[in-house]
Amino acid sequence: MAASQEIVVRNKVGLHARPAAMFVKAAVGFRSRITVENLTKGTQPSNAKSILSVLSAAVQKNDNIRIVAEGEDESEALDALVTLVETNFGETE
Amino acid sequence: MVAQTSGRIHGIAASPGIAVGPVFLYESRKLAVSKRRESNLEAERSRLAAAIEQAKTELRALYERAKVDAGEQEAAIFEAHSMILEDPELLDRVDATLGKESCNAEYAWNDAAEYYASALRQIGDEYLAARAADVEDVAQRVQRILQGVGQENSSPSEPSVITAVDLAPSDTISLEKEKVLAFCTAQGGPTSHVAILSRALGIPAVVGLGDDLQLLTTGRRVIVDGGEGEVIIDPDVATVDEYRRRAVDLKARANVALGSAMQSAVTPDGKRFEIVANIGSPKEASDALEYGAEGVGLLRTEFLFLDRESGPTEDEQYEVYRAVLEVMGQRPVVIRTLDIGGDKPASYLNMPVELNPFLGVRGARMSFAQPEFFQVQLRALLRAGDGHNLKIMAPMVASLEEVHALRAQVDEARTALQERGVTYCKDAEVGIMVEVPSAAVMADLLAPAVDFFSIGTNDLSQYTLAADRTNPNVANLADALHPSVLRLIGMVIRAAHAHGKWVGLCGELAGETLAVPVLLGLGLDEFSMNPRAIPAVKQAIRLYNLEDAEEIAHNTLALATAAEVREYLESVPPQ
Repeated sequence: MAASQEIVVRNKVGLHARPAAMFVKAAVGFRSRITVENLTKGTQPSNAKSILSVLSAAVQKNDNIRIVAEGEDESEALDALVTLVETNFGETE
Repeated sequence: MVAQTSGRIHGIAASPGIAVGPVFLYESRKLAVSKRRESNLEAERSRLAAAIEQAKTELRALYERAKVDAGEQEAAIFEAHSMILEDPELLDRVDATLGKESCNAEYAWNDAAEYYASALRQIGDEYLAARAADVEDVAQRVQRILQGVGQENSSPSEPSVITAVDLAPSDTISLEKEKVLAFCTAQGGPTSHVAILSRALGIPAVVGLGDDLQLLTTGRRVIVDGGEGEVIIDPDVATVDEYRRRAVDLKARANVALGSAMQSAVTPDGKRFEIVANIGSPKEASDALEYGAEGVGLLRTEFLFLDRESGPTEDEQYEVYRAVLEVMGQRPVVIRTLDIGGDKPASYLNMPVELNPFLGVRGARMSFAQPEFFQVQLRALLRAGDGHNLKIMAPMVASLEEVHALRAQVDEARTALQERGVTYCKDAEVGIMVEVPSAAVMADLLAPAVDFFSIGTNDLSQYTLAADRTNPNVANLADALHPSVLRLIGMVIRAAHAHGKWVGLCGELAGETLAVPVLLGLGLDEFSMNPRAIPAVKQAIRLYNLEDAEEIAHNTLALATAAEVREYLESVPPQ
């Protein structure tokens, strides 16, 4: 069980401000348990549905993160969040 | 406390502008929270849930109001507050505390909120510390509702400079905008809420004043210079007059400039000059249009190559160049080929380790040393330019041989595309950046071989005066207004025009209004700058007849020091 992926965050502000809000809003739409871990900073895994936890992971540009989803819609959840990060949250920079 | 009769205090410049007026000290009361033992935890849970729901309703209304009063960015803060109220970790923690301590909702709520606020502060990131303040603000909102306390409405009676230890979104939204001249806080940094709001409202703000804030007592007269991050206490009449004039001037110029930014820059005697933008991404292209850019004088392409494991493919590059060209339509777009050297991270390019990468294999030299990469970039550019007004420019060209090599490379790319049967921009202009002094000095010998020159005064000044701009010991020497650099600029323009070629300038000098009459007088065809500088430069061009500009340029080039040049230009009146 559980689907996971490591990905490097490339957008300018990292997981702060609008991108963090987009990330959390997307995560909240799935039933799986989802965590995001900042591998570069070595933080504890954060609850991807909690804006405060996601912000505390202090994910900045070029940090490597691991997203883990566990539950009936884990593949869709992982896909959606990975796509958000890969498309730089809609910013072309 | 002994009052200081007059003085300047310094903080962080958070929002530009000048304000003169009385201080109004805003004090927000933080509610006291006491812990009580409660046995009916279900009742506490419902009270809390109801308070949170009411807070969300208040935030929705504030969001709508802020959108109208202060804009999208300020309004977004209230939306972020709503998200905090839905945070499962926060809510779980409150619930756990209730259960564990068998206490009142006020205490459990405050405890949980404080936990997260400190956690965010401890990370030591300025942005997150500012968000800790957001957590506290929204927590206070719920606390007020739980305790049945009304919103504190302290507001000044006359337009004032609002001062406070710090100001949260809930504080500022309740202030009448017309009564706010400026903000000054003891705490805060460039991304605090006060900074964001002030910039959105276009009023001056100075934050991070620390203990000095205590000198700003209610009623005291001050001048706030947001651009310098300074506050002048009890200024004398002469100082007030000076700043008042500056304030009016700043405002008038900003208004006029922005209003007429969309029109062409034409001198009073009818000569038009092209004003374009320096940009680093497709997004900046559309932003540039909003400032009145008539094209792109420099698209930097480094962002496509840095911070990655392997080079960008031809298609990847094509997409990005195409995006910029499409935003610009038929307007001219000058794209600079890769301009990096050993000092920048692009490990896949296998650049040599050099003691002095700035005088080494960089810019065009690097492209010639890695023809496979260069060909990919050139093909992507030519394909993207199909149907648009594309101009290709190479950086750091120092000799005629390099110009010939550049043209050969472009021809090779054209041939490859033709053989592939792909459409591409057949008449793309090919030019070079003039930043190496050798190119400037022999511009007459290079002109026949190029379609245009674009003068990069930033690096040209450094190479000409042998001074590193980033070295504080010599930075002041690398001045684009130094007579030696101005002479080179004149030389390049004359040589180009003698061969029927146009000249642009994409260094910072193009965006300096002080330099406008000289550059006009020397005959510069295109000014390329940071988009924000466009309105002011267009406005400056509208003030000088060509004949007068030529006289000013002539006089300027007779001067012997950069200081004399500046003094002279500052003394020259616009028409």
